[in-house]
Amino acid sequence: MSAANAHSENPTRRDFIYVATTAFGAVGAAMAAWPLIAQMAPDRSALASGTTEVDLSKVAEGQSITVTWRGKPVFIRHRTATDIAAARSVELSKLPDPQDDAARTQKPEWLVVVGVCTHLGCIPNTQANYYGGSGWFCPCHGSQYDTSARIRQGPAPRNLDVPAYAFLSDTKIRIG
Amino acid sequence: MSGSHGQPFHSDNRFVMWLERRLPIISFVNDTLTTFPTPKNLNYWWAFGGILAFCLAVQIITGIVLAMHYAPNTLVAFDSVEHIMRDVNGGWLLRYVHMNGASMFFLAVYIHMFRGLYYGSYKEPREVLWILGCIIYVLMMATAFMGYLLPWGQMSFWGATVITNLFSAIPVVGTDVAQWLWGGYSVDNPTLNRFFSLHYLLPFAIAAVVVLHVWALHVPGNNNPLGIDVKGPQDTVPFHPYYTVKDMLAIVVFMILFAAIVFYAPNLLGEAANYTPADPLVTPAHIVPEWYFLPFYAILRAIPSKLGGVLMMGAAVLSLFLLPWLDTSSVRSGRFRPIFKQFFVLFVINAVILGVVGSQLPEGIWVPLGRICTAYYFIHLWIILPVLGLIEKPLPLPESISKAVLSGASPKGANAAPEKR
Ligand code: HEM
Ligand code: FES
Repeated sequence: MSAANAHSENPTRRDFIYVATTAFGAVGAAMAAWPLIAQMAPDRSALASGTTEVDLSKVAEGQSITVTWRGKPVFIRHRTATDIAAARSVELSKLPDPQDDAARTQKPEWLVVVGVCTHLGCIPNTQANYYGGSGWFCPCHGSQYDTSARIRQGPAPRNLDVPAYAFLSDTKIRIG
Repeated sequence: MSGSHGQPFHSDNRFVMWLERRLPIISFVNDTLTTFPTPKNLNYWWAFGGILAFCLAVQIITGIVLAMHYAPNTLVAFDSVEHIMRDVNGGWLLRYVHMNGASMFFLAVYIHMFRGLYYGSYKEPREVLWILGCIIYVLMMATAFMGYLLPWGQMSFWGATVITNLFSAIPVVGTDVAQWLWGGYSVDNPTLNRFFSLHYLLPFAIAAVVVLHVWALHVPGNNNPLGIDVKGPQDTVPFHPYYTVKDMLAIVVFMILFAAIVFYAPNLLGEAANYTPADPLVTPAHIVPEWYFLPFYAILRAIPSKLGGVLMMGAAVLSLFLLPWLDTSSVRSGRFRPIFKQFFVLFVINAVILGVVGSQLPEGIWVPLGRICTAYYFIHLWIILPVLGLIEKPLPLPESISKAVLSGASPKGANAAPEKR
């Protein structure tokens, strides 16, 4: 640019061309890079992973089943009265991610959560006699979840997620 | 690179000189691998650069032939690896060499790096050389991590799940970044495909950075066990034949260990769970990464917070890049730093304990131990090294490499000798 400044009677015009050319090139390169980056995002078939319907009639009280939704496990647990009592008696202020059990369930006896540890994505195992009922322990880095699948101890930042679901009848739900 | 060392290149071969005038590649190779003046006192810890070059070549060659039989699709990936093991001629050998080759590569790089830590090879004027080495190390970790997904076993799947989920710790955009990496909502076929593509690519990126690494080595020249500068030709010998032969011997010894593992204990460092096909619905009771990631894994788990653990693990790697500026002592070699020497040993032991902690279930004694060792790792790099450089009184340095060598290079001999002469 100094060369242009030295002899040109109108240096800003040459400067403008440099800046405009560089900017044009940069925008062009960014636009060319866009599809290369976007191709890595979840594609249409992954997005169209839809919904899953589950028949609950065969799940007895105290039993859990695992179903897949969007390639991930969903835990459906038919909770016992002790599970529910344990979940509802704990003081919210004692929880790392305070959430009322009633806000996490549509019917107290059915707990529906995505079975993916909110730490780094492992699948927690069911544990008997855990936080006053049946909870989960993540084998990867030791996160502990209570009878409402709320995080109680360990590195996980959040409670297990509750997916969107609806009761189609008393014994049937649709997840998603 | 020529010019600065010794005589300008000349050859009696007319084709060589014809080519020289057009592309001076023969003189470049000659200056790099033959006449390069190398300190005459390098010990066997210096052989690991050559060993690393050997490892990279082994991984690239075996990798390319494995790719001729491997299929990166979740439906068949596991079976295609078993097909290599059972049906392909010599396939078991190729796979075991590649699989254990990664471990040998990391073994060599860790020794190479600890060599640099002890002899202060990262210090002025080798900072860029050191940083390029750290970049190689990070690329190696990325390559090994992606390669481990390819057999699509249980450990492959869950290891990749845990590590890619590290990105979900990033505030606000974390989940989107993780899904972008996966190409879906979890590790799945798109993930396997892209990991294969990148696992093929990255070793060539490593090779390119190795060229820069060796280039940056050849500007200041090698460091040496005394850590003092080369004063003149009497301190050096030509790289060939002196170090080509020495490195070759070291490579042969290294190959014996390598072969012993490949032929007698090929699964010693592997995990049995990886011979079970990946099941996205069942996490194995105890998931562990490959041994060479264990210390960092221990740091990740030592912090009882998701984002905190991820940040500390990243900081553990990034701190290495800053070493040239964290260590304030201008004396390079640990031989002349009596206090540093002891802390160095502690640091090595601490790293090994972190590795053991990383291999255990996160319960009982392992939790506090992991925290103490994590703290010590950072205290060493961020407090002990800077402070030590200011308060430690180093031993007197020998006058020159050749004097020290001729008087029988032990540290005491080295500083006693010059006065006696
Ligand atoms: C693929 C991996 C690598 C290869 C092939 C490689 C190769 C080499 C070679 C051939 C040398 C010269 C001879 C020697 O000192 O052994 C060297 C020197 C060196 N490397 Fe590496 N290296 C690798 C990775 C690393 C890493 C990860 C680091 C550290 C972060 C590192 C740090 C250094 C330093 C500081 C030197 C200069 C040492 C000295 O002369 O004292 N290198 N490397
Ligand atoms: S993935 Fe569950 S504790 Fe880390």
